[in-house]
Amino acid sequence: MVGEVEEIVNKALEAISASPSLEALRAVKIAHLSDRSPIARANQGLAQLPADSRAALGKVIGAARAKINLRYVERERELEEKRDLDIIIKERVDVSLPVNRFNQGALHPLTILSHEISELFTSLGYSVQEGPELESSWLNFDALNMPENHPARSMQDTFFIEPISSGLVLRTHTSPVQIRTMLQNEPPLYVICPGRTYRADELDATHTPVFNQVEGLVIDREINMSHLKGTLDLFAAAMFGSDVTTRIRPSFFPFTEPSAEVDFFYNGRWVEWGGCGMVHPKVLQACGIDSQEFSGFAFGMGLERTLMVRHGIRDMHDIVEGDVRFSKQFGVGNL
Amino acid sequence: MKLPRSWLKDYIALPETLSLDDLVAAFIKIGFEVESVKNVGDEISGPIKIGRVISIEELEGLKKPIRYVTLDIGESDLVSVICGARNFQEGDLVVVALPGAVLPGNFNISARETYGRKSNGMICSARELAMGEDHSGIIVLTQGVEGADALNALGLDDPIIEIAVNPDRGYAMSVRGAARELAMALDLEFKDFSRFEILSELEKKKVSGEVRKVEISDPSGASAIYLRTLTDIDPHAATPLWIRNRLLQAGMRSISLPVDITNYIMLDMGQPLHAFDSDKVTGVLRVTRSSTFQEIKTLDGELRKLGESDLLIADDLKPLALAGTMGGSESEVSGETKNILLEAASFDSTAIAGNSRSHRLSSEASRRFERGVDPDLAEVASAQAALFLIEYSGAKYLGFSSQQHPLPAVQLSFSPRKISQVLGTQFSDAEIERALTAIGGEVVPGSEEWVFVAPSWRRDITHVADLSEEVGRYYGYERIPSILPVVKFSPSLPPGPSRLQKRRKSISLLLAHRGLIEVQSYPFINQEQLDSMGFTGDRAKTFRLANPMSDQYPLLRTHLIPGLLSTVTRNLTRGKKSIAIFETGAVFRNLSATVPAVEIAADRRPSPSEIKKIYESVPHQPLHVAGVLAGEFDIAGWWGGGRGADWLDAISIANEIIESTGHRSVRSNVDLAPWHPGRCAEFSIDGRVVAHAGEIHPRIITAFNLPERTSAFTVIVDAIPFAHPVVANAINTMPAAIQDISLYLPSNISASSVEEALREGAGPLLEEVALFDRYQKEGEDWISLAFTLIFRDPERTLTAEEVSRLRSNAGEIVAQKFGAVIRQ
Repeated sequence: MVGEVEEIVNKALEAISASPSLEALRAVKIAHLSDRSPIARANQGLAQLPADSRAALGKVIGAARAKINLRYVERERELEEKRDLDIIIKERVDVSLPVNRFNQGALHPLTILSHEISELFTSLGYSVQEGPELESSWLNFDALNMPENHPARSMQDTFFIEPISSGLVLRTHTSPVQIRTMLQNEPPLYVICPGRTYRADELDATHTPVFNQVEGLVIDREINMSHLKGTLDLFAAAMFGSDVTTRIRPSFFPFTEPSAEVDFFYNGRWVEWGGCGMVHPKVLQACGIDSQEFSGFAFGMGLERTLMVRHGIRDMHDIVEGDVRFSKQFGVGNL
Repeated sequence: MKLPRSWLKDYIALPETLSLDDLVAAFIKIGFEVESVKNVGDEISGPIKIGRVISIEELEGLKKPIRYVTLDIGESDLVSVICGARNFQEGDLVVVALPGAVLPGNFNISARETYGRKSNGMICSARELAMGEDHSGIIVLTQGVEGADALNALGLDDPIIEIAVNPDRGYAMSVRGAARELAMALDLEFKDFSRFEILSELEKKKVSGEVRKVEISDPSGASAIYLRTLTDIDPHAATPLWIRNRLLQAGMRSISLPVDITNYIMLDMGQPLHAFDSDKVTGVLRVTRSSTFQEIKTLDGELRKLGESDLLIADDLKPLALAGTMGGSESEVSGETKNILLEAASFDSTAIAGNSRSHRLSSEASRRFERGVDPDLAEVASAQAALFLIEYSGAKYLGFSSQQHPLPAVQLSFSPRKISQVLGTQFSDAEIERALTAIGGEVVPGSEEWVFVAPSWRRDITHVADLSEEVGRYYGYERIPSILPVVKFSPSLPPGPSRLQKRRKSISLLLAHRGLIEVQSYPFINQEQLDSMGFTGDRAKTFRLANPMSDQYPLLRTHLIPGLLSTVTRNLTRGKKSIAIFETGAVFRNLSATVPAVEIAADRRPSPSEIKKIYESVPHQPLHVAGVLAGEFDIAGWWGGGRGADWLDAISIANEIIESTGHRSVRSNVDLAPWHPGRCAEFSIDGRVVAHAGEIHPRIITAFNLPERTSAFTVIVDAIPFAHPVVANAINTMPAAIQDISLYLPSNISASSVEEALREGAGPLLEEVALFDRYQKEGEDWISLAFTLIFRDPERTLTAEEVSRLRSNAGEIVAQKFGAVIRQ
């Protein structure tokens, strides 16, 4: 009897292992594990046996049944895995296909640069101030130590609004924002003023009548020229890399004294970056700041120039014409 | 200012060990930008000799006159060359480049057949030798030896450093002035001319005769004037070669001996001079304002109307010159002039700036006077010019007339400690004294306060800040350390970007992530553009530039869409088929007449009412963000077709921008240019218009040749209020009850008002309402709208009956308000 059970088990295991598919396996299950399968019938045969041998054989049949069942479950899992794998292989796609289903947006690199500069200075604790582009000539010139007959106020450099008696100009720098800041706030002041500015230059490879500036202004007790230098060094390193070398050299602006130009050394040559200096006592005076108690520095850079040098842009037309291929190269920057 | 090294050597013994780079570095250190360094001699090689013209053969029958010239170049054989110039004759000395010579621009000279003759070289013009722009004729020398090396004779092997002179350093607009600065930078001795020698030498040459009188009628115009009378000038006297060469090196053309001498003195010493033909002057020569004179014809041939503020040189009858700016042609020195009046003055810089500006006339003289000319120069410079005229034209000097109102010396007291403070660098008292003496000043040290007396040429020094710059540049700005200040906060200026700046940045990023590309356009437009948009009302009122870049764009933009449409067109013509762009920027609308804020003093803080006036003189310039969507918004590709942008995209984006600021807006149809009258949404928040979006007007789409259904949006970024901080709703975890409701109603009822009514009727348990279907049968003016309503109670599960009742409540209101039929 034990031998018969062993035979049943062997046949069942063989049939299960030989099932090529889940469908075939289901048929094998009916043949070898259902109520009418040989093992079930062997179990039913137990009833006719004497009680003393019934228990022992019952154990043997129970173990045999468990063995078949285990093998069945194993085989079922093997076949399911195989089926899933076949589907997945069939569903494979070529992921290198073009995926440009959506328009890809971008910011203008001047915007990116302006964000970068604002983040640098705000992380130091500066405030970002802005003002109108169409500006009062008092704020654009007079308050900045450029009285009525100053050469910079000539028609060659400045766009005037008609009638000229309106006293309105398109601001030639963001310095009027500095004046507004000083008129409206008490020092200490640590601000940057980014924005659009205008000068009557013809558009060519390096000039544009509409351009962007960022100016910095610091007014506090005991501010001196070493602080200007320190701030410019930090700014230049953030723009052009920490190994950049800067220099300042004497220059002239009506609104600073001493005045300087700041240059940086890039690709083997000195590049003029912007103007700077200690805020002229007359400018402090025009804003009602006591120049005995407070002193300050200011600087101003062109964003276009910074962008052109840093990104190897050769022609200003690319920056101003709005060809989307230009902006697209820059994405949204590293924000 | 062009500075030949040989000329600088008149004033400084430059050691041979100093390289050109050293000179350049020295100029930069003390504040002169070096614009170029050029040595013409480096670009020239091979045989270039002085030749004498022996014979000239005029070649006949050619399109232009050509000469075949035979020259003696100091060798046994004569050479013959072809020449197109005509400004020379037999016997003249000229410059000949012989075969094998190389001229600037890598121009190789060789013997060649031309015009049927053999040309063995070339006679050179100034331009061909890079000595200047003059190409009107060849160089004719006044002296020299046949066969001599022409480079030497012309002084061409001489580097020229061109420096830029800032407006506060007018005193450096001369070789002498620049040399003095250079000597200071290099710590070398500055060898000035001897004023005493020049004046006494001239005095010795004086012969008796009548001297023309000069006077200053308007002392606000000049502090000194000298007028020297010279007679019996040889009108044919030529300018000596050395002066002509130096003028050429400095970029000036030789004109005539008297003019060349005045120009030379100006370049050398920095004093502009003017020579009048004495026989064309009547009576006394005066510095005056033009109260009685109407007009003057200046040397450039312009007839200029005179205004009352113009400063003039005039005689008893007529204006002779725009003082310090340009002479008049009537009293001009000509080829027949025998008697000359040499005028040198110290004009007021503001007066000359006024002359120059009101006549839009900038000259070598006016540029110097505007920046300030040393008032001590007029006497000695005119004396030196007279000496040259005597020497080179055989003139007789009869003496001078002059008038002076000497300006007091510029003097200021200062604390040397303050200078170290400003520069952030410790300078000893001795160092400060040394620097301020080196620039020509006098220093009187005291215990606390010192006194500085400025040299006559430094009237720009008025404040201790100026002295700080002088000390700083004397020792070099590189001595200043680099230190970051510790930022302190102003109570009224919180650090970081403002709320508007943050909003602007997040909107830009939102649009970029939606697939739009940012552009920045010029804000200049024209009337045709405004008209083509169909703008009326506020958007047609703009500002006009008094001096636009081009007459094509004289106005300021009132809206961003016209500029964006032009940019779209540019991109389309460059090959793009679809484009989505945006721009952020100010717009300008001339809405209310502002009161100009002019003539407010700047030597003190303006009063509160003046500040108010200044601020109110500036019109508000709203900040807009606008975008244009043209062509496919979802792109066609291997995966299938694309989807064209339309009004729905534009409105969705505008809505998204508004919602990103924490607001809900009300939307309604408006008819507003440049949009399609039936497809434009106006967004408002609390009754304030904040945006427009929709499809561009078909007429504009056609006119600009845009893809069909091109759409656009504009959001007034600074019109959207700043939302209060969000008060968060607790997240409700009770089960939601979902109900659909289908309504049939007249199609002129807006979907948003139906939605509003549903919310009203459903009450506070309604969590969400969403339109999921919209159907209108062709030709019917009723429409079906189907909404999903989601209800949720915070405390418990709603029963089926409750939900059904809420749903009918919602429907009821719509039925009442709009006559809708609720479909079961």
